[in-house]
Amino acid sequence: MMTSRINPRLLWRKSLSAVMLSLTGVCAVVAVSVLFLILGYLVIHGGRSVNWDFFTKLPAPVGELGGGMANAILGSAKLLALASLIGVPIGLMGGVHLAEFEGHGIGFVVRYAADLLNGTPSIVIGIFAYALLVLPFKHFSTFSGAFALGIMMIPITLRSTEEFLRAVPLALREGALALGASKSRAILTVVLPAAYRGILTAVLLALARVAGETAPLLFTAFSNRFWSPGWNQPTASLPVMIYTYAVSPYDDWHRQAWAAGLLLLGLVLVINLLARVVLLRGAAARRS
Amino acid sequence: MKRFTGFALALLALGAIALAQNSLLINGAGATFPYPAYSKWFDVYHKEKPAIQINYQSVGSGAGIRQVTEGTVDFGASDGPMNDEQLKAFTEKRGTEILHFPTVLGADVPTYNIPGVSAELNFTPDALAGIFLGSITKWNDPAIASVNKGVNLPAADILVVHRSDGSGTTYIWTDYLSKVSETWNSKVGKGTSVNWPVGLGGKGNEGVAGLVKQTPYAIGYVELIYAVQNKMSYGKIKNSAGVFIKADLAGVSAAAAGAAKTMPEDFRVSITNAPGKTAYPVSSFTWLLIPARIQDAAKRDAIKGFLHWMLTDGQNYAEGLAYAKLPKEVVVKELKAISKIQ
Amino acid sequence: MPENNNPVRGAGSSSGPRSLVSRLRQGDEIARLITLLFAASVVLIALAIVYQLWADSALSRHRFGLRFLVTSVWDPVFEQFGALPFIYGTLLTSAVALLLAVPLGLGAAIFLAELAPQRISTVCTFFIELLAAVPSVIYGLLGVFVLVPLMRQDVQPFLKSTLGFLPLFTGPAYGVGFLTAGIVLALMILPFIISVSREVLLSVPRDQREAALALGSTRWESTWRVVVPFARTGIFGSVFLALARALGETMAVTMVIGNTPQIAASLFAPGYTIAAVIANEFTEATSDLYLHALIELGLVLFLLTFILNGLARLLILLTERKGAEVRA
Repeated sequence: MMTSRINPRLLWRKSLSAVMLSLTGVCAVVAVSVLFLILGYLVIHGGRSVNWDFFTKLPAPVGELGGGMANAILGSAKLLALASLIGVPIGLMGGVHLAEFEGHGIGFVVRYAADLLNGTPSIVIGIFAYALLVLPFKHFSTFSGAFALGIMMIPITLRSTEEFLRAVPLALREGALALGASKSRAILTVVLPAAYRGILTAVLLALARVAGETAPLLFTAFSNRFWSPGWNQPTASLPVMIYTYAVSPYDDWHRQAWAAGLLLLGLVLVINLLARVVLLRGAAARRS
Repeated sequence: MKRFTGFALALLALGAIALAQNSLLINGAGATFPYPAYSKWFDVYHKEKPAIQINYQSVGSGAGIRQVTEGTVDFGASDGPMNDEQLKAFTEKRGTEILHFPTVLGADVPTYNIPGVSAELNFTPDALAGIFLGSITKWNDPAIASVNKGVNLPAADILVVHRSDGSGTTYIWTDYLSKVSETWNSKVGKGTSVNWPVGLGGKGNEGVAGLVKQTPYAIGYVELIYAVQNKMSYGKIKNSAGVFIKADLAGVSAAAAGAAKTMPEDFRVSITNAPGKTAYPVSSFTWLLIPARIQDAAKRDAIKGFLHWMLTDGQNYAEGLAYAKLPKEVVVKELKAISKIQ
Repeated sequence: MPENNNPVRGAGSSSGPRSLVSRLRQGDEIARLITLLFAASVVLIALAIVYQLWADSALSRHRFGLRFLVTSVWDPVFEQFGALPFIYGTLLTSAVALLLAVPLGLGAAIFLAELAPQRISTVCTFFIELLAAVPSVIYGLLGVFVLVPLMRQDVQPFLKSTLGFLPLFTGPAYGVGFLTAGIVLALMILPFIISVSREVLLSVPRDQREAALALGSTRWESTWRVVVPFARTGIFGSVFLALARALGETMAVTMVIGNTPQIAASLFAPGYTIAAVIANEFTEATSDLYLHALIELGLVLFLLTFILNGLARLLILLTERKGAEVRA
């Protein structure tokens, strides 16, 4: 039978436990509230400035009010589209090779290289794209900017493609082969479609990541006061405009920077949410 | 997957076709000093000639010189003329000469933000050199207070702001300081980017103005229009004749008056600390850097056309933006020099 | 997992391994070669980046040698370049970021892994992972307009009046500087620390916790003295990963650090990091030596992150393996 006398040491330990555990709860609350703080500030400061002009007008001359970021919005869209066209096929095909055809240790080397690319600071990738695509052609261009962003999309796409392909059940593969399909046919018509959701998720996440990148664009896509025709001219982009406007002394530009920030963050979060929805739907479909 | 690819291809085509209009895009980069004037000019010129778009990015004179040398932009702009080494480097890299074309005259002003002090402060050359060297650290230092009797200067630390990027505005400022302070000349020198003894860096005239505006007790140097547009206080500087002058169009024009008559063929000249009772000591020309040979005929004609417009109609916009017009003698010489562009 | 050397026989093939011709005809060899090409291009790009960094920093490497790493002068006029102020700034801001983010992140991870009910944990983790997606320039935007004035008007004067006797908190309160940059970085790496630590904590086998509790420890004691040490290697791994990320951060830092290449004892002083100086000065390096010096800085940064990333992955792998062993 337990004595009814309270052990002071036990009391201390129990109180300490309660205090420390509540502190961890506080930590979690702080971490989560940062997100809402960011969103809150952007909505309050940026929400007011997001108007029709913002989406349709070009920037006004320095010091004059008005103007918008229409060219930056289109510029970002073009950059992201081209970056996907560059980065996704490389990552996808590379992942297919690692999962389906691997031999002679190439897998280790490729994965290592992908990790290297992933860990490379984005400014260094910008230097690379400048040396490769800007200097020799004597042009800042949308293409060089998209190339830099595309490189950054490769590692995530590659790793995820490999993972999701490997996760496709053996039974599916063998079934296809047993029915007379060649290996490449089997991959194309059976295995890839089965892994499609996971891969799409990865592509969307990679896209969200590069959508907000500024540093590599500073010396590749540069910036542009006007619309950027084609792919060979410098182009304005949302992240670079935010940066330029935020460090300026003009209040009107600050206002526009908030609006652009809200738009950019909204874009990135929407892509992220989309990715998760795709993944969840896939999981649900598999379960049913 | 197929839908995504299809969408991406459509966007690709859209981007390439729909926007490859007939307009000619000319890219330039460089000085932030004249950016308010240039952005107005290029905007007005585009309205007059909608087929020509001149995209100017205000990234600093250093970048302007670099990028025009590399050929990644069609023209550059700088408030510090290229030195002989840079001229040689350009000729080596590009096989032709680089031409300097003065556009407007401007002034660097010492702008400050002292809570409670709205008066215009007087600065001697020694005071300015001392502040930027870090040897004068407080606002109520005798070097400043002695020429500002009647102003209640606080005993607060002076927070120096300078440019973090390669800047012609810096070139003008350090050129002036090198002329008036032997210590500055030997310790720091002049250039678009120097090893600043003290202070923090803002990017572009815009960045410095922004920092000074937001930081109490700060002092920085910016082009006149940036201080005016942002309603910031700026002080008077004692010129070589001993008079305290506040930067304005008359003072800048006076500084250029002497140089106008003796302007060298290549237009590279420094007018800081110019003689004359009414001359503002930190004045400067600012230049467009145009290659002497431009392969693309359409671009060449567009640039020559713009230069002609700039020297005639364009000059009328300068004063509205607090830049001084070019002296008449200089305009005449420049109009002749346009024919050098082949 | 299907492998090349043991193909499952398809109908219509001859007995024995399929001949090259047969494979070629059915497109397998072509598919293999095409995908190999793409995979190889990844390696090619990585090699090209390293090569370009090395080759395009040649002038600076030959001029300064290893002294580059320990010189603290950055003088474009007299062409003296040294990496020390930037290495210092990069490491200092990252250290501040870790000091702030690790306790906070670990605390949150413990809460989410050990204490929170399943649903709250999932929802919170979801939000925290969204935080990881916020672009750097947005942090910079908030840094410039919200954090810097806050630091200048409230936080720095407060620190100065309470802890001003320490050399860490001396000097004028600019608002920008090492401390502000460190705080912004801390917010940026927080989600990484939380999500990876939470994963490794969850991978600690249940019996460890239960054994501790059975022996009479409190919840906190079982967590802090048993579970966390068990996952220690993995948590270090997450810290290294976060550090590697912090080192390469460019935009948010360059907007709040003050852009001054100097080594200063005070956290209030303005400074510079490798990534920030490259972003600011790259397009305007007026001489070739200047440009090569900047690229050499890029090389230094690349090597730093490379080493750290490698260490991180190793550590995380070790923890997860340990957990698997114990479970087996």
